[in-house]
Amino acid sequence: MKVLVAGLNHKSADVEVREKLAFSGDKLAPGLQGLKDLPGVKEAAILSTCNRVELYAHVSDPDGAKREIKRFISSFHSIPAGLLEGKTLYFHSGPDAIRHVFRVASSLDSMVLGEPQILGQVKAAFEFALEKKATGVLLNRLMKKAISVAKRVRTETRIAENAVSISFAAVELAKKIFTDLAGKTVLLLGAGEMAELAARHFMASGVKEIVVANRTLARGQELASEFEGKAVPFDEFKDEMLHADIVLCSTGAPDYVVLKPDVHAAMGKRKQRPLFLIDISVPRNIDPQVNSLDNVYLYDVDDLQTVVDSNRSERRKEADKAEMIVSEEVETFERWLDCLQSVPAIVSLRQRAEEIRKCEVQKMLNKTDLDEKERKAVELMASSIVNKLIHPPTAALKEDTGDRDQLIAMIIKLYGLNGGC
Amino acid sequence: MGALSFQIALFFYLLAMLAAFFDLFKSTRILPKAAYMFVIVGFLFHTTNVVYSWFADGHIPIVNAHEATSFFAWCVFLLFLLLEYSYKLGLLGSFIIPIGFALTLVSSVLSSASKPLTPQLRSYWLGIHTFFAFMSSAAFALAAGLAFMYLVQEHHLKRKRLGGLFERLPSLQRLDEISYRLITMGFPLFTLAIISGSIWADNAWGSYLSWEPIQVWSIITWLIFAVVFHSRLLAGWRGRRAAVLSIIGFATIIIAFAGLALLQKGQHIF
Repeated sequence: MKVLVAGLNHKSADVEVREKLAFSGDKLAPGLQGLKDLPGVKEAAILSTCNRVELYAHVSDPDGAKREIKRFISSFHSIPAGLLEGKTLYFHSGPDAIRHVFRVASSLDSMVLGEPQILGQVKAAFEFALEKKATGVLLNRLMKKAISVAKRVRTETRIAENAVSISFAAVELAKKIFTDLAGKTVLLLGAGEMAELAARHFMASGVKEIVVANRTLARGQELASEFEGKAVPFDEFKDEMLHADIVLCSTGAPDYVVLKPDVHAAMGKRKQRPLFLIDISVPRNIDPQVNSLDNVYLYDVDDLQTVVDSNRSERRKEADKAEMIVSEEVETFERWLDCLQSVPAIVSLRQRAEEIRKCEVQKMLNKTDLDEKERKAVELMASSIVNKLIHPPTAALKEDTGDRDQLIAMIIKLYGLNGGC
Repeated sequence: MGALSFQIALFFYLLAMLAAFFDLFKSTRILPKAAYMFVIVGFLFHTTNVVYSWFADGHIPIVNAHEATSFFAWCVFLLFLLLEYSYKLGLLGSFIIPIGFALTLVSSVLSSASKPLTPQLRSYWLGIHTFFAFMSSAAFALAAGLAFMYLVQEHHLKRKRLGGLFERLPSLQRLDEISYRLITMGFPLFTLAIISGSIWADNAWGSYLSWEPIQVWSIITWLIFAVVFHSRLLAGWRGRRAAVLSIIGFATIIIAFAGLALLQKGQHIF
């Protein structure tokens, strides 16, 4: 009774390989069915995201199942088996597999440590497998536990706090200047890709309006329409700066576009309402001197990168704490698994003892002629002997020891449990 | 009984200040809560002391240096508790509790010998004038504390030092707004204190203004906050300048108050 994980992620395989092996969309249902039908696989689930493809299975013989799964993957995706050699495909079984599942759900194995999407993806994968009745006692418990471990990591460590991308860092900074971004206006100078990404983050944080000032008005309009904002000719940006609260600059101009006197003049007209300027262009487009003006806060791409770097190292520190939580939970899960394994042995031991008791009492009653009272006394004695004899082995099976597997094997052998009556 | 409850209050304020101080260096859940609870307990004892003195004196307990400073501290803690309860601003206690504690500590070493009130002072104007004066001063004290938080936070943002305190301090806009809100509350009260004071002076001594130091300093303070108040509306003086002015305004109040406690001359004599 073992958990087996077969998979590949952003570290083990390039995107070209990952996309070939993905179980996305229509492929997921047949893939799951195929995995479930493999010999030796009792339960199955598949997680397929852009950064990882993982197959989870409940197996009794991990080594045999590994070969089957490898064969299955290459035939399902019709790719040469050779592609899966080397480091591409990794396997974990037993406690390592449990640890791996917990780490994945807690985002400790993600490209961006602590990113929140993976937990939702794990949940979705589990729900899909559950719906297709591909999972059973073991995987159900494992997936539920993985989700609760991830939640524990989220609440007990600061792994998911602090922005780790430049555009998100800009949003976080804006929230330290303006309490909340609802009702704020963002002015985009330039309509590049970076500007678009950052604008998307600001939009998601609830800003009221996005205004785009671009050299080519058409491109500006195109971008503005995506955010239901407005586009203005580039030359009008100084007027727009009077209304905006946040200015995102990425024009690609070779020199400073926003100069100190411009901002100084704007601040007077704005009645000193705070202005947050973000210059993500290289070379810079906003004169750094602007930062010395009252109520103006200028951050360039290096400043934001510094924020991101320090947040990343903060997350790595928190990851150590998270690993400890995962270890703790793996241990708990192992203990549960052990109990689960010893249950059949206990049940059959008890059954066997009951059979012998019934058999022998009946034999004895057939031979002798006892009255009701004596019969009861004999039956009582028989069951009390049986109970007393099977109590120590049952207790030993329930006990939490390291050599349980051996113990189970020994009890099966000693009591002849597989042989029948 | 009155003196003992004052000493107990001082002790709890000390505990609160220590908790709030360590909170600056280590972010925990327990420290800010502990500071808040210590202030509440201290405040209850402090209130007992104030009420006791009120009954013992037969009027608002502000007629000697000890009582006046203690009452000032009491007003500061009252407003602190209200503010903490309604806004829950990160690290507010670390900046405000020291102000209240310092006032209470100073009060504990000042003389509590009272002379009997002269007939001119024994008037209902005493209660009205001093209540406005002390409550407005307390509002300005908190506004100054928030202004100081604003300057710290602004320093972090300008210098791009974004760890530690930066994360835990509220946003600039919020600090600026609440500081301004305190000033909009304090300024009318302060104006009323000045008006009621001059009417009282006119009734008692026959002149509105006798150019005592505290009157002069009060007018300076009033002018400073008038600038904060109106320049924000007219020229948009907000943020840094408003913060600096609020702190200067509070400093003039402290000077006026210290002069009052130390010089012991004129109508404001204890």
